[in-house]
Amino acid sequence: MNQSSSVYKIRIFLVLGALCLSSSVAVGSELIPVPEFTNHDVPITLPSNPDSPIWEWLNVGLLVIALSLASYLAIVSRSRRGLFALAVASLLWFGFARGGCVCAIGAVQNVTLGMFDSSYAIPWTVIAIFVLPLVYTLFFGRTFCAAVCPLGAIQEVVAVRPVRVPSWLDHSLGLVPYIYLGLAILYAATGTAFIICRYDPFVAMFRMSGNVNMLIFGGSILLLGVFIGRPYCRYLCPYGAILGVLSKGSKWHGRIAPETCIQCHLCENSCPYGAIATPTRPIHKSERVKARGRLAKSLLSVPVLIICGVLVGLLLKTPLSKLDADVRLAERIIQEDAGEVEGMTDASEAFRNTGQPTSALIERAIGQRELFGWLGMALGGWVGLVVGVKFVTLSIRRRRVDYEPDRARCVSCARCYWYCPGEHVRQGLVGDVSQLVSIETTGDPR
Amino acid sequence: MDTNSFDSGKQDRRRFMADALRTGGVVAMASAGGFLVGRRSEGEPMVWQLDPDRCTACGNCATHCVLDVSAVKCYNCFDMCGFCDVCTGYFEMNYKSLDTAAENQACPTGAIVRKFVEEKSGQRFYEYTIDEPICIGCAKCVEGCALMNGSLYLQIDHQKCLNCNECAIATACPTEAFYRIPQSQSEILKERAAAVYQARGSQTKRVIERDAEQTGTEIDQVKEAEANELLARAERQRVWRASQQKGSDSQEPSFQ
Ligand code: SF4
Ligand code: SF4
Ligand code: SF4
Ligand code: SF4
Ligand code: SF4
Repeated sequence: MNQSSSVYKIRIFLVLGALCLSSSVAVGSELIPVPEFTNHDVPITLPSNPDSPIWEWLNVGLLVIALSLASYLAIVSRSRRGLFALAVASLLWFGFARGGCVCAIGAVQNVTLGMFDSSYAIPWTVIAIFVLPLVYTLFFGRTFCAAVCPLGAIQEVVAVRPVRVPSWLDHSLGLVPYIYLGLAILYAATGTAFIICRYDPFVAMFRMSGNVNMLIFGGSILLLGVFIGRPYCRYLCPYGAILGVLSKGSKWHGRIAPETCIQCHLCENSCPYGAIATPTRPIHKSERVKARGRLAKSLLSVPVLIICGVLVGLLLKTPLSKLDADVRLAERIIQEDAGEVEGMTDASEAFRNTGQPTSALIERAIGQRELFGWLGMALGGWVGLVVGVKFVTLSIRRRRVDYEPDRARCVSCARCYWYCPGEHVRQGLVGDVSQLVSIETTGDPR
Repeated sequence: MDTNSFDSGKQDRRRFMADALRTGGVVAMASAGGFLVGRRSEGEPMVWQLDPDRCTACGNCATHCVLDVSAVKCYNCFDMCGFCDVCTGYFEMNYKSLDTAAENQACPTGAIVRKFVEEKSGQRFYEYTIDEPICIGCAKCVEGCALMNGSLYLQIDHQKCLNCNECAIATACPTEAFYRIPQSQSEILKERAAAVYQARGSQTKRVIERDAEQTGTEIDQVKEAEANELLARAERQRVWRASQQKGSDSQEPSFQ
């Protein structure tokens, strides 16, 4: 409260003193009593009650339908057009109509909080929204990303001029989602914040209102998405990280050439998301030994990296705990009490108004910081593990004879299917593949 | 695909492993989901609500909600209100005259309705109600009323609120006044308001029981239900406050 308003306060009290004070009211914490009316009942204000969750049930139903349809379109009917149409529909419904909330990506945090905090009641609809895409991915690959996720869909729509991201950059940025996932789980588990939702670039767009910073952030990601396919999905989305891992073991998965790949490499550059894995060259005996050596080294590096991560994590205790309200407030109160800072913040003022003892707050804050110490180490270890596993996967040479989608990264968008001559044969547009191949290979100097 | 017998053996093994892992994954997810469903014993969704005792009327509630017109609205706890003639919540601090002209009102949208109730021993009493659809939750009146009884307070209107997974105002609130509360609780009252509801509830109960005794008639069912509702509301608040007071310690996960 600033100077002028306290002047007003005095003035108004004086006015009131003259006007409406009867005997008992003293200036200060005393309240003006509710008058005894002769002929009027003092009303009671009722709280507003939420609507029934019927809409949420409907949503889970629609999610199942959309997931099934997306899987069918990606794997059985291989229809890019169908998938695109479904993506637009999902964008309209799950995105714009529903305001994009709660989505499967954010549900990661609800589930985490539900696991760690028994007083948090997670609705079953949110559990379903979290689990269903995972289950579908285990069977059909990331068909959720293809045409159901509204965040994916909005980026899918704008990906018109995709360029190739250099592989070193792609691999390094590809680690970010795992780190983000670790952070999100950490903050959700402690009940500090849902950072995925806080920094969701598109939710402000879906609602066509909201914080300007978030709108700008979302706008830039969309703009970037014109040239770099699905930047959020590839380099940020924590749920995509989980889906990618699960997709590696999916029972079925969309294939570029459903029958035989004739290795015409026509599809090679068709994927806007850099997800097409090329066939491996057969390698020489001597090279094979070297590759084994490399694999052994990278395997050994995993524990080392984890230990380094844990050690670095020790340093994270203080910065990580900064997001915690109690810690921040306690720091402020200590500073104020020590006279290091002038005045009060809103938070410290509100806290002091409640009259709660400072010692309890500080104790809580210390407890929180201790907790973040452990969590920081866990996070460090997690990052070490992620980097280590990346090294290992990079040094594993798996023999691949066909052009295939890399299951972890492919979002089953079906763009590449059309580039495969086999597809044209299947559609009955050309009679014989060999004919196409000969045309192509004669034109190819390789 | 050109696979020799050795490779296909390897592939079979791989496929078997993958199937096993997948089944394991589905089972794990189902049990985790089941665990969570079972765990939320009350089976109740959570909604966002703000604690008016912590609110300092900063104004972020009006500007940070994802809705164009904020889901946060002003409420008046009449049992705390003085029904004042010169209402500091209703009138602009430097009003020109004490009438209902727009420039004299603190509320930028004129959402507070001032209604004369009665005149008693030279004092005029007015009732102030909120025209909810017009209220934008800017807390100007809350700030004003804080100079007096503090009967005006903000709450999220659940009919409007989208119940975002992370309330955008919660992020912006300088006093961290936002909480997730069980849907059936739906409100957070000022401690003082809970106390006056408690008092009013028990008072009403006493009165209707006495009346019934004196007149020898049945207890007024409607009034009794009303009183019980008030008592229940106050009790819910008491329980919630107690659970907050306990500190986050007891709710904190133990990682050690
Ligand atoms: S990667 Fe994430 S944002 Fe992209 S489509 Fe998949 S779940 Fe949605
Ligand atoms: S379906 Fe093809 S084009 Fe689409 S992401 Fe997968 S590999 Fe890339
Ligand atoms: S943001 Fe917080 S302090 Fe500001 S008006 Fe809303 S509840 Fe009150
Ligand atoms: S200032 Fe507050 S207590 Fe006084 S009449 Fe207005 S709303 Fe009621
Ligand atoms: S949960 Fe969303 S809609 Fe509700 S008050 Fe917060 S920001 Fe507004």
